Amino acid sequence: MQALLALVRAEIKLHFSNRRAVLMSIVAPILIAAFFGSLFGGTSKMAGIPVGVVDLDHSPLSQRVVAALQADTSLKTAVGDEAEMLAQVRAGKLRAVAILPAGLGTQASRALFGVGDKPEIALHYDPSQSSALAVVRGLLAQTLMQEVSRSTFSANSPVLSDLKRDIEKAQGLEPERRAEFARMFDSIDAVQKREAAQPQAAGSAPQGGGLSMPYTTREVEALQSTANAAPVAYNSYAHSFAGMGVQFILMAGVDMALGLLMMRRLGLWKRLRAAPLSRAQLLGSRIVASALISLIVFAVLYVVAIAAFGVRVLGSPAGFALVLVCFALLTASFGLLVAALGRTPEATRGLAILATLLMVMLGGAWVPAFIFPEWLQTVSFAVPTRWAVDALDAMTWRGQGFGEAVLPSIVMLGFTAVFTVIAIWRFRWEE
Amino acid sequence: MDKEVLVARGLRKAYGDRVAVHEVSLALRPGEVLGLLGPNGAGKSTTVGMICGLTVPDAGTVTLAGGASLASDEAGYKRRIGLVPQDIALYEELPARMNLELFGALYGMAPDVLKRRADEVLAMVGLSDRAKDKPSTFSGGMKRRLNIACALIHDPEVILLDEPTAGVDPQSRNAIFDNLEALKAAGKALIYTTHYMEEAERLADRITIIDHGRVVAEGTQAQLFALLPAAQTLHIEIAGEPDDALLAGLAGVKRVGQRLDVAVGDIGRDTGPTLAALAQRGVPVRAVASARATLEDVFLQLTGRALRD
Repeated sequence: MQALLALVRAEIKLHFSNRRAVLMSIVAPILIAAFFGSLFGGTSKMAGIPVGVVDLDHSPLSQRVVAALQADTSLKTAVGDEAEMLAQVRAGKLRAVAILPAGLGTQASRALFGVGDKPEIALHYDPSQSSALAVVRGLLAQTLMQEVSRSTFSANSPVLSDLKRDIEKAQGLEPERRAEFARMFDSIDAVQKREAAQPQAAGSAPQGGGLSMPYTTREVEALQSTANAAPVAYNSYAHSFAGMGVQFILMAGVDMALGLLMMRRLGLWKRLRAAPLSRAQLLGSRIVASALISLIVFAVLYVVAIAAFGVRVLGSPAGFALVLVCFALLTASFGLLVAALGRTPEATRGLAILATLLMVMLGGAWVPAFIFPEWLQTVSFAVPTRWAVDALDAMTWRGQGFGEAVLPSIVMLGFTAVFTVIAIWRFRWEE
Repeated sequence: MDKEVLVARGLRKAYGDRVAVHEVSLALRPGEVLGLLGPNGAGKSTTVGMICGLTVPDAGTVTLAGGASLASDEAGYKRRIGLVPQDIALYEELPARMNLELFGALYGMAPDVLKRRADEVLAMVGLSDRAKDKPSTFSGGMKRRLNIACALIHDPEVILLDEPTAGVDPQSRNAIFDNLEALKAAGKALIYTTHYMEEAERLADRITIIDHGRVVAEGTQAQLFALLPAAQTLHIEIAGEPDDALLAGLAGVKRVGQRLDVAVGDIGRDTGPTLAALAQRGVPVRAVASARATLEDVFLQLTGRALRD
């Protein structure tokens, strides 16, 4: 035991006295997690999507549409001529540009009742930002429906009388249906005149008429598992710290493996093997040291995450600790596997880092796994990092109980066992 | 086993079809330095590896005084052996003293004993004033001395030194030799592998010459030199190119450019007649020097190859 402790102590001291190792395993994940956390939500308000609008119609309707888009805080709307706006989309400065065609004001109201041609609004978008297109399309539809219906149904609007006249003159329309349309337009006209005659309440906004959104939304973050718990805002740093912690700790595991290969090269491994140490002590000391280093690094990362970025362990603290311990063991066994399969530090480094990055990427450490295609989500469950990241998410911002930590921990221990068995099987004891 | 502290019998190791060590046997007494001399790739390090338990022999045994062997008591056996690897096997970023304390702890030394012993070996190798410094800041010679100190920390009876002076300057080499002679005087048994004949000649009480994994000769230096036809050589510088016809009939003469090397058994007895014979043949002599035979000559005699080929 004395020998094992001496080796573990030496490895930990060596790791933390190495400035590069500390930088890579602690400082780098904090910086990158802070960056990703701020990108994927954080506590800062999201900037509006930069879009452009070109008004070729210059009608009251199109001007109100432009004004409404500019007033929407979800968008950051620029107005200009077509060539200028398209150039900005191509340059990546605008996500999309909506071109309101000439005739929009007259055609849109009629098209609302299926009369005449529909005006075509061209939406030019940046193909690298296609996810913004859906947002722009939705907001444009909402704005246009409100403004077109307001224009159509407001008092003194000429649109209804024009439509009524068109219906009366329309060829081939059944007399009964012609009469129904006429009654409908008369009814709308009567309602609008009565509303216009009523005195407006002091301080209230003028009634514009037209359609409006038939509902409002109340957005609540679904975080608390218990009804009595205080509401806590989602913290995107929790996921980014989990992901970056997993990535850089795995890389520290690779460094430990390369350290063992360097020990072989320098003859240190020979000296250790000449000492009265069993194989279990020799490999066990590497596993214990690597696992402890991983735990220390994770502890420091989460202290910073909690103190500086407001991350909280909303779920089970015991489950959180269990997940960290299992991942630390997984890292140690992964490092041992790399050392067992590697021949030289130079040849091993690139392959090991590639394997680490693949595991990290598939594990959802960079971006949440739910945005993966379905087949990739299925594949990612074969990667231990997916279980680690999901479990850390569950124990931190998702606020899940201990039970949710058990299965991921069992899976990680399973991978640990497999990695360790292969490492021992393939380990070269003699030079 | 009488007085021997270590006896190796019939050690054999093959890697595939290549036999690295073939039936090597050797014995070592306390206070004795056994030189294991041979060119690179001769099988010296493999032999050392089998003795200290790094390499499992295909055949043969190694036994320490009292009957301890790797098979019977691996940990007990290893505690009595100290290995100085050919490479500088140190934790470069741990201070010198911590290196010693770490390696001592691996041998189960108690902390208080370890501290005292670390002071002793640091003083012995002349690094007391650098105890807190990291080996990464040391010169090559200082690293070599610390490399040796780490093998001595647990006070082993047998010390295996695998080319311990590789790449060091003459001053550090002399310091290392002084350390090893002190160990020898303290009764430690040393196996010293080298391909530098000068080192073997200076340090070794007995020498085993190994080539292609086989022992080609063993004994004291006197016994090995006795294998040569002549113990000394006369180097005679002559004026101009000598006519080979003039040299015909002169025994033991080898022409090397404008120099003649003449093997002689006794320098006092044979120098005069040799020079007289040259004068009689009209060979003009400009200068004469003598050199005693070396282990290089012995190796050349036994294998037909130079030691550093």
